[in-house]
Amino acid sequence: MTASDIFITVNGRGQRARIDYPGQSLLSLLRDSLGLTGTKNACEQGECGSCSVMFDGKLACACLVLAADCDNSSVETIESGPRDDELCIVQRAFHETGAVQCGFCTPGLVMAVRDLISRSRGTEIEDATIREAISGNLCRCTGYGRVLVAARFAIEQSR
Amino acid sequence: MTATEDRLAGLLGTSVLRPDGVAKVSGQFAFSNDLNVPGMLWGGTLRSAVPYARLRRIDTSAARRMPGVAAVISAADVPGKPLYGLEVPDQPVFARDIVRYVGEPIAAVAAITPDIVRAALERIVVDYSPLEPVVDATLALSAEPIHPDGNLLRRVCVRSGAPEFSYDVMVEGTYSVGMQDQAFMGPECGLAIPAQDGGVELHVATQWLHADQRQIAACLGIELGQVRVVQAGAGGAFGAREDVSLQIHLCLLALRTGCPVKLAYNREESFLGHVHRHPATMQYRHYATAEGAITSIEAEIILDGGAYASTSAAVAGNAAFFACGPYVVPRARIDVHAVRTNNPPCGAMRGFGAVQTCFAHESQMDKLAARCGLDPVEVRMRNLLQAGDRLITGQELDGPAPIARLLRRLGSAPLPPRTSETGPFSLPGGAGRTTDLENVQRGVGYALGMKQLMFAEGRDDYAVARVSLTGNKATITSACAEIGQGFVTVAQQIASDVLGVSQVVLEPATTDVGSAGSSSASRQTWMSGGAIQGACDELIVQIRDLAAKRFNVPVELVSYDGGRAWGPGFDIELGDLLADRELESTFTHRHKPTRQPDENGQGTLHVAFAFAAHRAVVDVDPELGLVRIVDIATTQDVGKILNPVQAVGQIEGGIAQGVGLAVMEELIVREGRIRNPSFTDYLIPTSLDTPPVTVVELVEEPHPDAPFGAKGIGEPPTISSTAAIAAAIRDATGLALPKVPITGEEIARFAYMEG
Repeated sequence: MTASDIFITVNGRGQRARIDYPGQSLLSLLRDSLGLTGTKNACEQGECGSCSVMFDGKLACACLVLAADCDNSSVETIESGPRDDELCIVQRAFHETGAVQCGFCTPGLVMAVRDLISRSRGTEIEDATIREAISGNLCRCTGYGRVLVAARFAIEQSR
Repeated sequence: MTATEDRLAGLLGTSVLRPDGVAKVSGQFAFSNDLNVPGMLWGGTLRSAVPYARLRRIDTSAARRMPGVAAVISAADVPGKPLYGLEVPDQPVFARDIVRYVGEPIAAVAAITPDIVRAALERIVVDYSPLEPVVDATLALSAEPIHPDGNLLRRVCVRSGAPEFSYDVMVEGTYSVGMQDQAFMGPECGLAIPAQDGGVELHVATQWLHADQRQIAACLGIELGQVRVVQAGAGGAFGAREDVSLQIHLCLLALRTGCPVKLAYNREESFLGHVHRHPATMQYRHYATAEGAITSIEAEIILDGGAYASTSAAVAGNAAFFACGPYVVPRARIDVHAVRTNNPPCGAMRGFGAVQTCFAHESQMDKLAARCGLDPVEVRMRNLLQAGDRLITGQELDGPAPIARLLRRLGSAPLPPRTSETGPFSLPGGAGRTTDLENVQRGVGYALGMKQLMFAEGRDDYAVARVSLTGNKATITSACAEIGQGFVTVAQQIASDVLGVSQVVLEPATTDVGSAGSSSASRQTWMSGGAIQGACDELIVQIRDLAAKRFNVPVELVSYDGGRAWGPGFDIELGDLLADRELESTFTHRHKPTRQPDENGQGTLHVAFAFAAHRAVVDVDPELGLVRIVDIATTQDVGKILNPVQAVGQIEGGIAQGVGLAVMEELIVREGRIRNPSFTDYLIPTSLDTPPVTVVELVEEPHPDAPFGAKGIGEPPTISSTAAIAAAIRDATGLALPKVPITGEEIARFAYMEG
């Protein structure tokens, strides 16, 4: 391994990856080096949540994670569905309840809701908790109304 | 049952799912920034660092010499027209001798990596000779012109009613609205690919493909047909993608280098690179009888257009013609000036001029209510327009106008209970928990808004669509820009419903078909929806002709519905009738013509109108200036709902943008410089800031001129929600609060001054 190489597991697949430049973010690594464009770039300040991924089991803004810090780490992105041609419960809920308009924030929101469900499996989830869980994900189209419906629907489905 | 209603019995009126939904939830949908081609270069833009200056010298030699740089271009490299603009070509592709705002493009670079682009941009030397900028819109008309076209972008006067009038009470106020940004989620990005014929293909997220094509071709100095624009996935728009941003720069770089070039703005450049909502200063006087009946309204409105024209003229028109709101106004004296300054250029944003004046006229209505001792709902009820009334433009309000119903239903909707919890999210200030329950004041506010649908004032406004039919499959080709609003769903619903086929494909939007016009002004369901309906209706004529010939019967005896044709002695499925034949129809839909206003702002200027009403409930801690918006209730005039879930999504989303303008969103501009061009500093509502929306009623009174009776629904939610929230905060605090956004500082400052 050279100084600029890391070993990273993305969506279950371990691979070597090259750091293209000092300061490269995980977001850039995913989008520009690995071609995983489902993770979106909208602010690069960790404010909008469009680049939300699971980083070693924790929800994170990929724009705030240094790629160089990802050595031996595990990342899950929106592309990590149950199977390539199948939507997960959260994705299906977003699609079927009208929570998608332009769709730019959707991958990040799906990751946030997946995280909420996995953190609180089995326990009752109040509306305020859902609002809090997605408050790091900006959406400019929906006003969050249908997103909350989708999240509640996904939570019920996953019980 | 009429023919229209019969059609609605099918797919129209149901919540069909978005055809792009699966791709969007799975991360597979390609937004403009997700497009890459092998061998592409990266582009970047050098922007002015100062608001107003002569350019003594631009030295690009060091940048040109850098390894990996393929091209550096500036004003001298624009082969065609040096100026562009959506309505008036007054904006340089690149500044030549003078810069007029911070962020104005001066040069562009193409290089093999984004890093080299950034380094090359830093090596371009610009020698500015600063001039005194005009940054106060109220002084723009008395200042030296900052542009050869002068500092007046448009003056609009409305003079209606007799000179003399009587009144018992007069209320007045000066109101202002800050500069709001569309803040769509997906920053500007495009990919330009040189074509064999010397032309260029541009993949870009836009609101109006053909307007981009026209402006690009003119500046490149090539034929219109040599510019092909393809809609790339758009991460929202809300008006900010109606003007050209990177389109011309990108095409120039591609033609100069002979390579595909990709150019992506980051968030800061996005704030600098697109137009914003016009800040407004609005002085109003309402005259009325002691019973609260308006006798006259006078208003002087100044809109800051920034450095270039964009759509300021049309925004000024809207501000003037909707200055008084949906009320009977026997006499109006309205003056609107849209002026040029060295501030960032302003143009289209959802609500387009009607948002600003709605805040003012609704603030005035509340003052009038207080003066006359009336309830806010009652004073509005006493002045409401009805169908058949004259607007201040002299135009008759034709078409459905269920405003009284909107207000009555809203006024009688139950109010949410008082907050008794002290949980982290139930008090103003949220999880900070600095507010005590006993300090919380509840407030309720109402507002009504109106706006026209479609383009106005005599503009030739049309939409083209092509529909072809093979077997049981219809294929729609339309240049209508999908920007998230859900046209892709409604287009398929319309074709499926009219033709009675289950399989409908919508081709990607390109300039290969005629213009669909802009995805703005709440117009595409009516316009491109109408074009698809027209094309489908023509196809039915062709189907009936075909059946008449095949079965040798007069065409008048052939019926067609639900995917089958029948007549004397035959009944045949569409697929069997067509066999391997393909039918095709291209239809141009025009709405009824409008006229330009006369010198008094009079005339039939508009096609149709839509109305909405909002009631906001807020909890405020006046001492700390903290606001929690508890609930927004709404009623809206929608004509006919084609897709209920999408309609509610538009309404909730539009209200959230109204929430933003009411309490948090403002681009802070000091000496021409935006001080908060980031999502860290320009705050838009999160899921914790956005209240639940109670849709009390969507009033369906089909408009006779609209396809299926459906009115556009995108803008009304944004128009009056801001005013309702402002009214509620005033109700809670008793403070004047004449400006939006009403920030915590504003509340605390007024509480100190007035307390």
